[in-house]
Amino acid sequence: MYVAVKGGETAIANAHQLLADRRRGNRDLPAITIEQIAEQLALSVDRVMAEASLYDRSLAALAVKQSRGDLIEAIFLLRAYRTTLPRFGTSEPINTARMQIERRVSATYKDLPGGQLLGPTFDYTHRLLDPDLLHDTPVEAPVGRSDADEPVMRVSEILAGEGLIEADGELPSEHIAGDLTREPMEFPMPRDLRLQALARGDEGFLLALGYSTQRGYGRTHPFVGEIRIGLVEVELDVPELGFAVSLGEIRVTECQMVNQFKGSAKAPPQFTRGYGLVFGQSERKAMSMSLVDRALRTQEFGEDVVAPAQDEEFVISHCDNVQATGFVEHLKLPHYVDFQAELDLVRRMRAKHAQSQHHQEAAE
Amino acid sequence: MTALADYNFAYLDEQTKRMIRRAILKAIAIPGYQVPFASREMPMPYGWGTGGVQVTAAILGPHDVLKVIDQGADDTTNAVSIRAFFQKVADVAVTTKTSEATIIQTRHRIPEETLGENQVLVYQVPIPEPLRFLEPRETETRQMHALEEYGLMHVKLYEDIARHGRIATTYAYPVKVAGRYVMDPSPTPKFDNPKMNQSAALQLFGAGREKRIYAVPPYTDVVSLDFEDHPFEVQTFEKPCALCGARHVYLDEVVLDDKGGRMFVCSDTDYCETRREEGQRGEMLADMKEAAE
Repeated sequence: MYVAVKGGETAIANAHQLLADRRRGNRDLPAITIEQIAEQLALSVDRVMAEASLYDRSLAALAVKQSRGDLIEAIFLLRAYRTTLPRFGTSEPINTARMQIERRVSATYKDLPGGQLLGPTFDYTHRLLDPDLLHDTPVEAPVGRSDADEPVMRVSEILAGEGLIEADGELPSEHIAGDLTREPMEFPMPRDLRLQALARGDEGFLLALGYSTQRGYGRTHPFVGEIRIGLVEVELDVPELGFAVSLGEIRVTECQMVNQFKGSAKAPPQFTRGYGLVFGQSERKAMSMSLVDRALRTQEFGEDVVAPAQDEEFVISHCDNVQATGFVEHLKLPHYVDFQAELDLVRRMRAKHAQSQHHQEAAE
Repeated sequence: MTALADYNFAYLDEQTKRMIRRAILKAIAIPGYQVPFASREMPMPYGWGTGGVQVTAAILGPHDVLKVIDQGADDTTNAVSIRAFFQKVADVAVTTKTSEATIIQTRHRIPEETLGENQVLVYQVPIPEPLRFLEPRETETRQMHALEEYGLMHVKLYEDIARHGRIATTYAYPVKVAGRYVMDPSPTPKFDNPKMNQSAALQLFGAGREKRIYAVPPYTDVVSLDFEDHPFEVQTFEKPCALCGARHVYLDEVVLDDKGGRMFVCSDTDYCETRREEGQRGEMLADMKEAAE
């Protein structure tokens, strides 16, 4: 007997109720707080802020909680909120040379002005599960740097002194930074927009693409010139006041990749650069981003586009995980009208095939 | 409702609506041309109809009557969800009756009932570019449209005939609009293509993830691509609707049991219900009546 698929509304309401139940889990356990997530799952919060393009630890933590820890879902939640916010201005470019450094490493120099500073890194931990974390064991206060507020020179400046590396480049003074959340994308894309797309691009996708360049699919001979993590001040120029005012500080991770370049008839040999900048602490993302940024500059240096990571349209069109997950997952929505059309066609073609087989046999 | 007080009428802010309306006007002025627009992140996922929702939000007024269908039905979960969204953020009147609606947002179908001049049909579009599966690059396809270079599409259709003896595209069947642009009608079955031609209703297409809006103004030629010796034809069904007895409508196949039992019913639920209210009876309901007697 045919039962019409009715009651979509009740089904949706019930599903939401069940979701809320599963999110809360065992009621005998205390509910996790937003503060706990922001403090103790800080790197999840960082990733959500970075890929949602919204710097707000509390809202990102709320999104992580609401999404039951599904970070792409959390990114989506935060972006859907971000899109409703008014834009009241564009900040001055942040100055990472004036960063309050928490971590700073260079792979190109053994020692350098400002020194190497490991900071809160997993790099030299042995990945042994730590039973101490099963309990709330007291944690000692960390040792800090005495000169924490001193600005630390960037490695790119050291190389630039000898003219060994390409300069930052100049933008025309009337240049207004693009905003890909407000303007439709067009290819080819200026580098500022491309970097914007990469900064909010999926960490896993960029990681895989960056990795592919290391394995020969568009080699760029990268060296980590510098990775720095720390707090930078965000300033907004207020026309009424005539000077920039500080809006506060944000934590960012910056990666300057130094890449090889042979030079040309026009230019003497010079190192080229790939750039990565991400909200919060995420070295993996910043490094991947700088590898992909350099790979995407292939044509700029007159090299052939031969690998996926060098293909702007391919990379930029597919790096957004909220778009990707939406389109992949929409396949679970009903498609039976189209499937019916395909069913009908295949049945007709099979009938014709059987008929011609039959004729053939009769003829033999 | 207090939490929602922060949102503007129909969710989008007026600046965004203005941007979308400009894109819509441009789309109407150049029938079938895909206008890039700064698609917003909506509170439902990409692939769930964010393009259609943005178009509807931009054209919706407080006096509109909205109908939302998915697969031709008003009661599929996503149609229910989108309708509830607009009830919540725009407090707009909704209906399931095609004739009562001023705006109909649809996914995968065009209603069976002929639409009128006072109606707008808003399509949800996943991939707006009809040439996308022949040429994956946007930079290339835009140029092909600009030069009206549609040979590749005809080659594809010809190859279908050479390989399968017929054109093997059953849905999202490409059309030419006003003799100029080749357009993707969204993944509606090709059965619905003839309804687009010279339609009295304005047809708007929104692709959120791909950031494109396009349109077919009222009374515009919409021609399905074909060949003289292989003319375009729509699907036909051997049996009428099992519930309302309608012929020449698009039917859904419903599996009844695990022994190969099938029935075919109208995909357009409102059309089917209206016919049954008028006393039309299909095979299945006639059987039930007999069984009850």
